[in-house]
Formats: sequence, structure tokens, C-alpha cells
Amino acid sequence: MSTRERTRAVRAAEAPAEAPPPRVLRLPQWTLPRNLSLAAAIGVALWLLSLAFTPFNDLRLATGAYYFVALAGLMVLTGLNGQISLGHGALMAVGAYTAALLIGREHWPLVPVLVAATVVAGLVGIAVGAVAARLRGPYLAGATLALAVGLPSLADRYPGAFGGENGLVVPPPTPPASLGDTFPLERWQSWIACLAALIAFVLLANLVRGRYGRSFRAVRDDEVAAQLAGLDVARMQVFAFIVSAACAGLAGGLLVVVTSLAAPGAFTLSLSLALLTGVVLGGLGSLAGAVWGAIVLVLLPTWTNDVADSLSLSGDVKANLPLALYGIFLIAVMLAAPGGIQGAVRASTAWGRRRLNGAQSAAQGKRAPSEE
Amino acid sequence: MSRFLDLTLNGVSAGMIYAAVALSLGMIWRATRIVNFAQGGMFMVTTFIASSVIASSGSYWLGFVVALVCGFVIGAIVERVLIRPVEGGPPLNAVIVTLGLLILLQALAGMIWGGTPRSFPPAFSIRGYVVGWHHLGFSPQDLFTVVAVLAVAALLWALFQHTEAGLRLRASAFAPMVARLQGVRVGRMLTLGWALAALVGSLAGLLVAPSVFLGPNNFDPILVFGFTAAVLGGLDSPPGAVVGGLILGLCLSYVAGYAGSALVTLASLVVLIAVLMVRPSGLFTRARVRRV
Repeated sequence: MSTRERTRAVRAAEAPAEAPPPRVLRLPQWTLPRNLSLAAAIGVALWLLSLAFTPFNDLRLATGAYYFVALAGLMVLTGLNGQISLGHGALMAVGAYTAALLIGREHWPLVPVLVAATVVAGLVGIAVGAVAARLRGPYLAGATLALAVGLPSLADRYPGAFGGENGLVVPPPTPPASLGDTFPLERWQSWIACLAALIAFVLLANLVRGRYGRSFRAVRDDEVAAQLAGLDVARMQVFAFIVSAACAGLAGGLLVVVTSLAAPGAFTLSLSLALLTGVVLGGLGSLAGAVWGAIVLVLLPTWTNDVADSLSLSGDVKANLPLALYGIFLIAVMLAAPGGIQGAVRASTAWGRRRLNGAQSAAQGKRAPSEE
Repeated sequence: MSRFLDLTLNGVSAGMIYAAVALSLGMIWRATRIVNFAQGGMFMVTTFIASSVIASSGSYWLGFVVALVCGFVIGAIVERVLIRPVEGGPPLNAVIVTLGLLILLQALAGMIWGGTPRSFPPAFSIRGYVVGWHHLGFSPQDLFTVVAVLAVAALLWALFQHTEAGLRLRASAFAPMVARLQGVRVGRMLTLGWALAALVGSLAGLLVAPSVFLGPNNFDPILVFGFTAAVLGGLDSPPGAVVGGLILGLCLSYVAGYAGSALVTLASLVVLIAVLMVRPSGLFTRARVRRV
């Protein structure tokens, strides 16, 4: 088969067998308008939600928003670029302490504080990424694990600067007076966190669909092939780490805005492991997976606590039941849905569409189009 | 000078425990290419079982043997039931399954034995040897730790290098397809590998429990340092696990003694990065050409 024939055959195989069925709502195809309109729609939905929510739920919305930022960053690193990180809790700590120091000591306004938290964590990401680009698989896991455990101990070592075990307490942000005196602080915090998360979403969604996203994926799938195609593998890996660390820093800054506290107790190894868990549970490789991961990280603890409270059990069993349910949930999702929640959603919508198409074709007396 | 000696001896005995954990993690890595975070939970549970057996029977050595046997059985069950479905799949899925198992085991231990750490008896006296007028920071229990881990490492080496079962184990890990064509029951060998690794892990739990106490979360740092030691020495090399454990144990002991215990975790990060920058696959892994 000549090259031209082969190209034609490949093109024919790649081309859809027929035009996709018209959808009611169709997003624009250009990346930037598409992502902006998506973000605007989500923003309006979140705004309406926050108005309907109680202060407690507003706080959970804010928590979910900063988890999303951290998870989306980790998604770029692990899902798109194939680098594992067990140390993102430490990078969140970098952002959080930067924000806490700038708010508490320097009295900076909110936006520069969040930008600074992002930038400082990104700078740390350069160093970590340069190390990480040399390491693979379990060696990278080991190094980032040591980072997760080692870096927060600086806060204990220098209590003068970082407040030691108790951490740094900062004043919460004040809602503008134009919103009225009775405007709940939690709602204002959730607005800040959600707006930041949406901005991060638009930037990351553009990155993922653009040239850098493709390069990240090429490096993940085959380093040698990527290198032959002219990509600088190490540079792409470091760049992915910088993006990811900057997201973790922004998430840490938002955490301080929401909780008014940066303390070592918030950045334990469990946080780093929870972030990795959230990314894999949500579904590696897409930002939608990060949304699922954030929802799981926020809702699962409440749900397991509710289950434990609803049962009449003795002290030790009751105290440990939420943890046991969490462990069982992790194992069950991985065994039942290896692609995570987003993978399961995608598989079930594909199945539903096939069923629908099959029913339509059968009604028209035609053979169902075969799946390529 | 005597302080330096004490710190060195302490470092050796702590390093041997990290080496035991590193050995067990390395065995599982070689057999199934999975980093087993559940190891910390598995040897925590076996040590609790030993504690219960010792409390009810009064015999330390009965509890010791029961813990090792339980470790062997738990390792086999975990591989067969939970790990087999994710073997060969995306590597992160297996990691999440072992993390889920770690959390589940810690919760179960909390339910059965309670969350308050309890003491665990040592096999031998923990009073330091006396040389001249000086009390060494090294006790018969520490000596037992060093000897036990070195003996287990030697036994494993003999098993893997000089028995037919060892040959089958190595073949299954090295080239599963070829081994299967030669008539090796690869699945069983993987189960056996996990069982042996869990046995070595439960030894580490028994040895470390007298000094860190026994509770659902007390072994977490041991797991972290054991993993660090395994990465330091090279996950593919059993001698690397022992040397990695020793290096880490000594470094952490000196840092804790001379610079303060708050810096221990930071020191482990610095040591690990320093080594990995020179040898990205650990000290003892032979350089391997990456497959094109």
C-alpha cells in the first residue's frame, strides 16, 4: 500500500461514519469562546446556588472550589503529563503560608495576595519540577512523598516566622458594604473561591486544549517519540510541574481566605494523599474529573459521618466507621470503575447514546451504525 | 565521642527496621510493580494480633510466630482478592487500592483495639549494654533487631538465589509470559511474593512496636521512612534496601541528635534528593536503557 493510499485509509477510518446527531445546546468550537461561555454558565449556576445555600453549605462550596483548583492542577501534572505527585499538600502549604504572611503582616489586599500565593508556589514548582524531571515512577513518588512530610516541618522549626504548631491566624475578608450589613461572610468567601476557581478553569482548559496540552500528552504517552518529534521532554515536564504547583499555591491561598488559618495540621500527608486520591477517583485526564474529585472530597466525609451517626454503635466502632467507609469507597470505585467517576459517566452516556441511536435506526428500519 | 557512638548505634538499629520495611516494599515492587502503601496497615494489624496473643497466653514467642504467620496469610489474601483485579492496569489505580486498604485497616484496628496507643513488650531487655562506666544507647533488643533483619535478608537471598521456588519467583517477576510458557504458575508466584513480603513487614512491626508504641497510626512514619529507604537504595535491589535503610537510619539519628528532632523529616527529604540527583533510580539499581 502506498503512503498516499495509507493516509487516505487512515483519514477514512478517522472520519466519523456520519454526522453526529444534532444537539439542542451546542458550544462554540473555538477553544477560548467555548471555555468562556462554559465558565460563564457554570458561574451563574454557582452564583444562584450560593444564594440558595445556608452559610454552612456556602462554606462547603468554597471548600470544594479550592479543592477543585488543587485537583485541576494535579490533573494537568498526573493525568496529562504522567508525573505522579504525593507532595501537593506541601505546595498548597507554600501558597497558604505566603497568603497568611502577606495578609497578616503586610496587610495586602486580596487579589495581590492570591496572585502572590500562586507565583511563589510556581517558583517552588520550578525547583521541584527540575528535580522531578529526572525521576520516574516510584522514585518520583518517593521524592514527592518526602516533600509532603518534610516541608511542613519547617513551620515547627521556625515558630517565629510561621507560628509553629498553632500556625498563623489571619482576619477573614470583609464583604463590600454595598452588599448590605446582613450579607453572610461565608457567601462572600464562596464567591471569592468560586471566581478564582473559574478563572483557573478557563486558563487550564485553554492550556489543555492548546499546543502545551498536546505536548504534555505526547510526553506522557511516549517520551522517546515526543523527543523525536522535536519536543524538549524535560522542559515540558518542568513546565507541567510549574503550572501544577501554581494551582496548588492558589488553592492554598484560597484555603487561608476561607479558613482564616494556615497551620501545619492542615497540610499533613493525608492532604497530599487525599488530593491524589481525588484526582484518580474523579477520573484522570480531564478537568471534569477534577470536578468529580472535588465533590467527592467535600461530600464523602459528611456522608460517612451521617451514616455513622444514624447507626447506634459503640464508641470505637462509631468513631472509626467514617474512615472505614472511606477506605471501602476507594477500593470499590477502583475495582468497579477503573476510569474513575468521569470514566464511568462517559461509558454510561456512550452506552445510552448507542441505545438511543439503535432505537432510532430500528424505527427507521435501518441497521444501527457500527461503532468505530 | 560517646554521644556520637550512641547516635551511630541508634541509627543502625533504626535503620535495620527501615531496611525490613524497604525489603518488603521492594519484594512487592519486583513481583507486581506496585508500591504497596497498605504495608503499614498490614504490619500494624499483625502486631496488634501479636499483642493480643501475648496478653492472653503470656508467651512473647508464641505471639511473635502467630504475627509472622498472620502476615503471610494476610499478604496472600490481599494479593488474591484486592490486587489481582488491578494488576496490569493503570499503575495509579493499584496505588489508590492500597491506600484505601491502608485506611480501611487503620479504621478496623481502631474499631477492634481502640485508638489509644498501647505498649508492646520487647523480646529482650531494652536497658543499654554497660561498657566500663558508660551505658551504651544500644540494648539486647537493638542487637536482636539488627540480627533478625540481617538474618531475614540472608534467608530471602538464599531463597531467591538457591531454591527452585526462588527461581520461579524471579522468573514470574522478570518475564511473566515466558515463565507461564515454561509451566510456572505465575499467579501463585505473585501471591507467594506478596505473602513473603507481608511476613517480612510483620517482622518490622514486631521489632519497632516497643519503641514507638502500638496504635492504628503509630507506624505511619515507619512506612514513610521505609519507603524512602527503598527508593534510596533502589527498589529493584534487596542489598539496596538494607544499605538504604542503614544510610537513612544513620542520617536521621545524627540530625535528631545534633540538630533537633523537628528537622528529621526535612533531613530525609534532603538525603533522598541528594542521592536521587546523582543516581535517579537509587544507589543499587543498575543503569538500564529506557525502552524505545
